[in-house]
Amino acid sequence: MSGWSRHNGTAVALDLESVDTDQLIPARFMSTPRSEGYGGFLLHDLRFGSDGEALADFPLNNTPEASVLVTRRNFGSGSSREAAVYALVDFGIRAVIAPSFGDIFASNAVNNGLLPARADTATVDSLIGYLAGGPAKAHVDLDRGMAEIGGVRVRFDLDAVWREKLINGWDDIDLTEQHRPAISDYRNWRAESQPWAFPAERAAGSSTDAQPSK
Amino acid sequence: MRTLLDKLWDDHEVLRRDDGASLLWVDRHLVHEGSHHAFAKLKARGGRVAEPGLTYGVVDHYAPTRGPAASPAIVRMIQTLERNTDAHGILCFGLEDPRQGIVHVVGPEQGLTLPGLLINCGDSHTSTHGAFGALAFGIGATEVAHVLATQTIWQKKPKSLRMTVTGSLGPGVGAKDIALAWIAKLGADGARGHAIEYTGDAVTGLSMEGRMTLCNLSIEGGARFGMIAPDEATFDYIAGRPFAPEGADLDRAVDTWRRLPSDAGAVFDREETMLATDIAPIVTWGTSPEDALPVTSTVPDPSRLNGSEADRARAALDYMGLVPGRALTDIQIDQVFIGSCTNARIEDLRAAAAVLAGRRSRVPGLVSPGSHQVKAQAEEEGLDRVFTDAGLDWVGSGCSMCVAMNGDAVESGKRCASTTNRNFRGRQGRGARTHLMSPAMVAAAAVAGRLADVRPLLEGRDAA
Repeated sequence: MSGWSRHNGTAVALDLESVDTDQLIPARFMSTPRSEGYGGFLLHDLRFGSDGEALADFPLNNTPEASVLVTRRNFGSGSSREAAVYALVDFGIRAVIAPSFGDIFASNAVNNGLLPARADTATVDSLIGYLAGGPAKAHVDLDRGMAEIGGVRVRFDLDAVWREKLINGWDDIDLTEQHRPAISDYRNWRAESQPWAFPAERAAGSSTDAQPSK
Repeated sequence: MRTLLDKLWDDHEVLRRDDGASLLWVDRHLVHEGSHHAFAKLKARGGRVAEPGLTYGVVDHYAPTRGPAASPAIVRMIQTLERNTDAHGILCFGLEDPRQGIVHVVGPEQGLTLPGLLINCGDSHTSTHGAFGALAFGIGATEVAHVLATQTIWQKKPKSLRMTVTGSLGPGVGAKDIALAWIAKLGADGARGHAIEYTGDAVTGLSMEGRMTLCNLSIEGGARFGMIAPDEATFDYIAGRPFAPEGADLDRAVDTWRRLPSDAGAVFDREETMLATDIAPIVTWGTSPEDALPVTSTVPDPSRLNGSEADRARAALDYMGLVPGRALTDIQIDQVFIGSCTNARIEDLRAAAAVLAGRRSRVPGLVSPGSHQVKAQAEEEGLDRVFTDAGLDWVGSGCSMCVAMNGDAVESGKRCASTTNRNFRGRQGRGARTHLMSPAMVAAAAVAGRLADVRPLLEGRDAA
């Protein structure tokens, strides 16, 4: 994942509360390999009729270049499926601005370079009102925690850890590898003090494939 | 003075960075078919699974419940999990394994879930395991890959929320009703950013199965973590489970676990309280778990709400095909589903069977036990015959119609009374209309052919 600190693009409004992960990507698409691209699955059942026809009045269908989504509370609530984030990212979305996000969705977003920007409800109300007239130019600045949409300036909240991660595009596994010795020390302590936390090692002497007894 | 959360966190913290992120040790990592993205990420790095002995695979999301898999894609998902777990030396409870079931049923059942452990799984209902006083939370694919590679996870400590439920639950009211009641009260994002510790005599009075249901639904109110301090009921449940410690090991473990409950006087970031006597059997009417009301209520009227809330209610009622002001008990259903990681344990099946015994269901439906073992136990008790005599299908175990990935789906426009966890649009299939409720309430709905209050149906019966 590559980092970013500024983005210039196009904002659209998705005037809905509680857009959950099952709406972001219906479960039936999730056996697809990522390499095939998930953008077409984004909000599939809201964007397309049951005949597969794109619904003309759905915002994203008119603005395929959209990269900033402004939406209402509890966005991304529900499941841990990272595919919900893949669908947004593969469509081209870089930032979502909303009053609140599902916790797991938000951390998945940051792990994929997608900004979950929290703004207060009144600000989001006015942005959605503004965007009702159509998409607008958007500028997002992670360092300053600010976005500018059609001339309206918005301050957003973002955890400091997440800000750093989005800017640096860090791979957590690489970071963690530097702490191998500390992890190894911890493991030894845990195996010593709470041996029951390691059932495979406990069973290694007898049977590793315990059968149910209850 | 530390809370249960503080103790669990301190116990697993390998290190903490200056910015506040903790690197936590993971005791149990549960993987399922949906973990294929994470295994692919690991493969792309050329990485190995750090602790195959602490990683367990379970086939559940795509598990067929009736005959062969419904499509080649489903077969491929199951085979991919089995291939990945094989390649990394991970024990996998596959379709033919007598220990197979839904991951959040199997973990506790096998004694893999223990107090004081940190448990991760790429599934938002991992909070279920918190019922044992474990720090258990759902993670996404990038995090799953990180746990596979390092057996650790980076997390910022959530705020603590103590939810105290006091008093006695009425007949026909259980853990599912407690959960839906608080989610309706606080909202589907009401506990966002918090780890909930459930306490009070209405909580400690629940069985382990009931506690799992309550913790399972934490995420539906926005909390990634839900937990209950371990006590004698917890220790009794664990004793004799295949992967649980035994003998002197168990004694030593129990001594340690007894020190886990929050210290008297420990301070929580937030407190919420509820009276058990205020909680009635609950059903959902809309498309978010917060759209929940006592079954004795009427369908809400959006014109009495404001702004975006009114818009959402209107859209929800439109999707659900409901008319404001009508009694909830006038809503006719097309089918029922009893199953899922929320409500497919033996006690759930007993509660539904207690209502259905000697009665017929007016609608078709599926009963999918949470695991092979729950299925065997239910059959030993004759519960399967209660369900089939009532006209319902008794099928295999898996996530089934809760998430509709295995081909078990509700048809568009059909209305299902369901013991599951999400009434989201399209969750049970495109256009499906889901009403969430307890197993006893689903059984009552089956008997009535519409949403119904279970309490009159329990008169003169043991509620189980």
